[in-house]
Amino acid sequence: MSTVPETKAKRKVAASAEWQLRLYVAGQTAKSVAALDNLKRLCESHLAGRYEIEVIDLLVNPTLAAGDQILAVPTLVRKFPEPIRKIIGDLSNEGKVLVGLDVQPIGKAPS
Amino acid sequence: MKKTKDTLPPFELPKAKTGIQGLDEITGGGLPRGRPTLVCGSAGCGKTMLAAEFIVRGATAMGEPGVFMTFEESAAELSANVRSLGFDLDRLVRQKKVALDFVHIERSEIEETGEYDLEGLFIRLGHAIDTIGAKRVVLDTVEALFAGLPNHAILRAELRRLFRWLKARGVTAVITGERGGNTLTRHGLEEYVADCVILLDHRIIDQISTRRLRVVKYRGTPHGTNEYPFLIGAAGISVLPITSMRLDHKALNERVSTGIAGLDAMFGGKGVYRGSSVLVSGSPGTGKSTVAVAFLDAACRRKKRALVFCYEESASQVIRNMRSVGVDLAPWVESGRLLIHATRPTLQGLEQHLVEMHSLVKAFRPALVVVDPISNLTISNTDSSLKATLMRLIDFLKEQGITGVFTSLTADGALALADTQLGISSLMDTWLMLANFEANGERTRTIQVLKSRGMPHSNQVREFVLSRRGIELVDVYMPGDRVLTGSERVAHASRAEAASVGSGGAK
Repeated sequence: MSTVPETKAKRKVAASAEWQLRLYVAGQTAKSVAALDNLKRLCESHLAGRYEIEVIDLLVNPTLAAGDQILAVPTLVRKFPEPIRKIIGDLSNEGKVLVGLDVQPIGKAPS
Repeated sequence: MKKTKDTLPPFELPKAKTGIQGLDEITGGGLPRGRPTLVCGSAGCGKTMLAAEFIVRGATAMGEPGVFMTFEESAAELSANVRSLGFDLDRLVRQKKVALDFVHIERSEIEETGEYDLEGLFIRLGHAIDTIGAKRVVLDTVEALFAGLPNHAILRAELRRLFRWLKARGVTAVITGERGGNTLTRHGLEEYVADCVILLDHRIIDQISTRRLRVVKYRGTPHGTNEYPFLIGAAGISVLPITSMRLDHKALNERVSTGIAGLDAMFGGKGVYRGSSVLVSGSPGTGKSTVAVAFLDAACRRKKRALVFCYEESASQVIRNMRSVGVDLAPWVESGRLLIHATRPTLQGLEQHLVEMHSLVKAFRPALVVVDPISNLTISNTDSSLKATLMRLIDFLKEQGITGVFTSLTADGALALADTQLGISSLMDTWLMLANFEANGERTRTIQVLKSRGMPHSNQVREFVLSRRGIELVDVYMPGDRVLTGSERVAHASRAEAASVGSGGAK
């Protein structure tokens, strides 16, 4: 993972982490808070030290919605590794999120 | 709310003019302002074009910027497609009069887990509306989301919220939907958009296609309920309303010459009323076209413009053939006074011919219109649709005070009178019937005025001859109790002359 291909225009987040995730939310709703909590917990347990999460609030930056074709909120976008994957919803089902992100679970295999 | 005892003041639903030719007439002024309208139809029926024209006309002619949210084609594809109608979306986008947003969901790259809503869509739409101050919104076609999002329960709830939201924002919206099997739209959008529903249809009958439009529902306002043909032409959509929901065109007292002196005399010497409709019927070879051309020539001589729709001969053929009866149309064509529009009737459906006639008449503004022949237009249509089409054309012409001359081919035989013409003759103010009759080894051309509303007219069957001097009606020759025609007349006349000379000599 020495060279990271720059796919899009540069973003403020350093493109160094192996897993670059972006979470689109619209304000501090119950769903977006839940999604961020779920995401953080999952990343800590499976991708510790190898991930970056960028949270984009569309209420603050509405123009960013078109770029990643965001309709549903919350939407988690796996920017890297490619290809881009999208997971919509509050990420409550960890197993599904792992499948969606294509992350190999660490430790106990999910029952 | 208090109930008033007096009659309610007439309530006018606020409407937003679409700017689409004819549609505003059918809907009595446009789409419901500040509410969503559903435009549905099967693939290729012109939904997107209608929606695009709604946006473009709004932005250019009505001063209402619009957001076009497309779910099926990208913004670049859309602007390329509507360029064929002469709309420059890109320029309007640069001028901040139109915003395009392509919403696309790739089902394969989406996984869903847990609760979500479509706030992202609302934010995008809201942002686009705010950026240009949009008054109009198009969602084309929002049903594509059903393919992209697996959870239809959420999607339906969100669509319901979206349409409520659009109303709350006060934008006039057009939502397109694909025609479903038993429902108006495949996913039942009509449940959510209940104010106004327009159905587009693209029907092929005998290999000729006709687009039709119908206002299925329009809450709180009267509207035309028929199916109206429409055309997607070089200048956008034009819908053809039946202009004659009322019969209130003004009757003109002015008379115009038929171009045939003898025929004018049959109408009391003054010809037919301006703005009336004249049917010239007859079997093959009776001289229908020649009579019609006499009308044209007369109009051009009066320094008026005349327009002829030929469905049998090309323009140059008409000019050549008419020279043989002493009418030279070429100078009229060159001076722009006469327009010969020659097409094959099979080129398009009856209604689309009508739409074409409308736009040509509007552009050329003639005083006289000739359709030669109307019977040929029915090549693959039933008579009822011909009648409806003619009614629209006649009403349209009458409204503008344009005289209409229609030739119609009848079955052979002098007595094949009213049967095929029965339907259309009632639309006509004046009916000239031409017939050939054979007797004594020769054929004689005759003309008679079957009817002519509102004026005294001759009841005689007159003989006429076609010569280099044009059409000439032969003076009625009536020795004793019967009218003689053809060689019988000539023979009798010379016998009589000989007799009178003889008797004169005996004196």
